[in-house]
Amino acid sequence: MSTVNTRPVAGQGDRRGPLASVLLHATLIAASVISLFPVVWLVLTSLKPRDGWLSAELELFNQPSLTNYSRVFSETEFPVWLLNSVVAAGLTTVLGVFLASTTGYALSRFSFPGRRGIMWLLLITQMFPVAILIVPLYNLMAALGLLNQIPGLIVAYMTIAVPFCAWMMKSYFDSIPREIDQAGLIDGLTPFGTFWRVILPLARPSLAVTAFYCFMTAWGEVAYATVFMSQEDKRTLGVGLQQFVGQHWSDWGLLTASAVLIAVPAAAVFLVVQRHLVAGLTSGATKS
Amino acid sequence: MRSTPSAGAHHGRRRGGRAPGPLRRALGRHWYAWAMVAPVLVVIGVLIGWPLLRGVYLSLTDATEANVGRTIGVNVIPASYEFVGLDNYLDILTSSLFWDKLTWTVIWTVSCVGLHYGLGLGLAMLLHRRMRFRSVYRMLLILPWAIPGFVAAFIWRYLFNSDFGVINAMLKAAGLGAVGWLDDPTTAKLAVIAVNVWVGVPFMMVALLGGLQAIPADLYEAAAVDGATPWQRFRHITLPMLRPVSATVVLLGTIWTFNMFPVIFLITRGGPGSDTEILVTYAFREAFTGVRNYSGSAAWGVIILALLIVLASVYRRALRKQGEVW
Repeated sequence: MSTVNTRPVAGQGDRRGPLASVLLHATLIAASVISLFPVVWLVLTSLKPRDGWLSAELELFNQPSLTNYSRVFSETEFPVWLLNSVVAAGLTTVLGVFLASTTGYALSRFSFPGRRGIMWLLLITQMFPVAILIVPLYNLMAALGLLNQIPGLIVAYMTIAVPFCAWMMKSYFDSIPREIDQAGLIDGLTPFGTFWRVILPLARPSLAVTAFYCFMTAWGEVAYATVFMSQEDKRTLGVGLQQFVGQHWSDWGLLTASAVLIAVPAAAVFLVVQRHLVAGLTSGATKS
Repeated sequence: MRSTPSAGAHHGRRRGGRAPGPLRRALGRHWYAWAMVAPVLVVIGVLIGWPLLRGVYLSLTDATEANVGRTIGVNVIPASYEFVGLDNYLDILTSSLFWDKLTWTVIWTVSCVGLHYGLGLGLAMLLHRRMRFRSVYRMLLILPWAIPGFVAAFIWRYLFNSDFGVINAMLKAAGLGAVGWLDDPTTAKLAVIAVNVWVGVPFMMVALLGGLQAIPADLYEAAAVDGATPWQRFRHITLPMLRPVSATVVLLGTIWTFNMFPVIFLITRGGPGSDTEILVTYAFREAFTGVRNYSGSAAWGVIILALLIVLASVYRRALRKQGEVW
C-alpha cells in the first residue's frame, strides 16, 4: 500500500482547467462548512451567557463568558458522570485491546479446527441488535448483582467492541510476513512469546487504532448505559446529559458546555491519530 | 483465507513416544491457538450466546415486568410467566404497526446507506486528486467522525430546535417561515436522516479513499492512452476495482444503520408519536417503558436479527455469483 500512496494521483491530475479547479475547491469548501458548522455553533453557543441560548439571533458572539462551564461543574453531576465514563471507557480499552489482539493473532496465524466458525461468529455478532440482547443481559446482570456497577457495563461493551477489533487486528497481522514469526520460533521463543515480544511491537499502529476504537465505542454508548446504570451516581455522560434537555425542561447552556467538554478532547485525539486510523481500516478493508 | 501450515504445528510435532490419538494430537498442536481465542469465546458465549438463547426463549413466553421473578427486600417472588409458543410472533407479524416500522426502517436504511456511499465516494474521489489544502480538507471532512454519537445527536437536536435553533433562524433571516422540524412526521424523518448522513459519511469516505489509493495508477494511464473518457474510466476501472472495499463497507454500513440507536433515540425519541421509531428503538421502548414487555421486546429482537441474517446471506450469495471472494 505505502508504495502506491506515494505515486502521483491518478486521473487528469495536473492538467486541470481553472474552472474545474474552482468547482473542485468550491465543492470541498461547501462540504467542509457542512461538516464543521454544527461543531462551531456548539462551541459558540456554549460561550454565550447563562440564557444566551434562548436567543435565536444569528450573532456569533454575545458577551462571551464561561458561565455555562462553571455551572456544569458546580451545579450538576457532570464531574461524577465524567469520572464514570472515563473509568468505563478506559478499562474497556485496556481489556478490549488485549482480547482483540490475541484473538486476531490466533485467527491470522494458526489454522485450527473452529477457525472459520469463529470468524463467522465475529461477523455475525456485529449484526446483533441491542434489542434482543438487552433484556436477557439485563436479567443476567441483575442476577450477578452487576446492575449499576461499572464492571458490568465494561463487560457489556466488550461484546460490542471486541468482535470488530479482532477482525481489524487479524487483517493487520495478515500483513506482517510469517517469516518474522518463524524467525522468532527458531530463536527458541514459544508461539506466545513470539506474539508478545516480536509481533505485538510491530503491530503498534494497529493497536493504537484498536485502542481508539474501543475507547470511542464505550465513550459514545447510550443504550446499555441507559438501562444498566439507573442510579444517579453511576450514570455515564451519555445518560447524564439527557437530564439537561428533558421533555418539559431544558437548559441548552448546560448541554452545550458539557458537549464541548466531551467532544473537543475526543476530537483532538482523533485528529492526531486519524492517519493511523485510516491506514488501519483500509489495510483491513482492502484485504478482507 | 487459505492458510499455509501453521506456526502452531511446530510445537505439536515435538511429542515423541507412541503415536497419540487424534484428539490428543489436535490438542497438542492447537492449544496455543485455542488458548488465545478462548477469552473472546467465553465473553461472546456468556454475554451473547446465553442472552441470545434466553432471548429466544423469552420471546416464546408471555413474560412482562409483572410476572418475572423478582426479589423485593427479603421476599422472593417466583416467576409466573408461561410458555405461549409463537403467539408473540403472530401478534407482531399480523399488526400493521410492525409493517409500518419495517417500511420506515427499510427507507431509513436504504436512504442513509445510499447517501453515505454516494457522498462518501464523491468526496473520496475529489480528495484523491492532487491539489492545494488536500490534507486540510480531509481533516475537516473527517471531523464528524470524531464527535461521539450522542454528542452529535444533541448538537443537531439544538440546531433543529424550532424556537431557538439556528436552522430556523437562518430560514427567518432569508425571509422564510420557521419549520417545526421535529414536530412533523415528514420533516422529523428528513431531520434524522440528515443527521445520520452527517455522522456516517466520513467513515465511508475514508474507507473508499483507501480503496482508491490501492488502485494501480498504470491502469488509468493505459486507459487514457486508449482514449477512454473520464466516465468510462470511472465505470470500468474505479468501480470494479473498488468492489471488495465497497462490498464490505456497504454491508457494515447497512447493519450499523439498521440498528442505529442513539441518533433516533436522542433526537426525536421516536416521535412525533412513533413515526421516526425504527425497529430497534421500538423494541427497546417495549422493554423499558411503561409495563416492561420483555417477551414482546425479545420477539421483536429475534425478528430483527432474522431479517439481518437473511439480508447478509442474500448479499453474500449475490457477491459470490459475481465471482467475489468474500
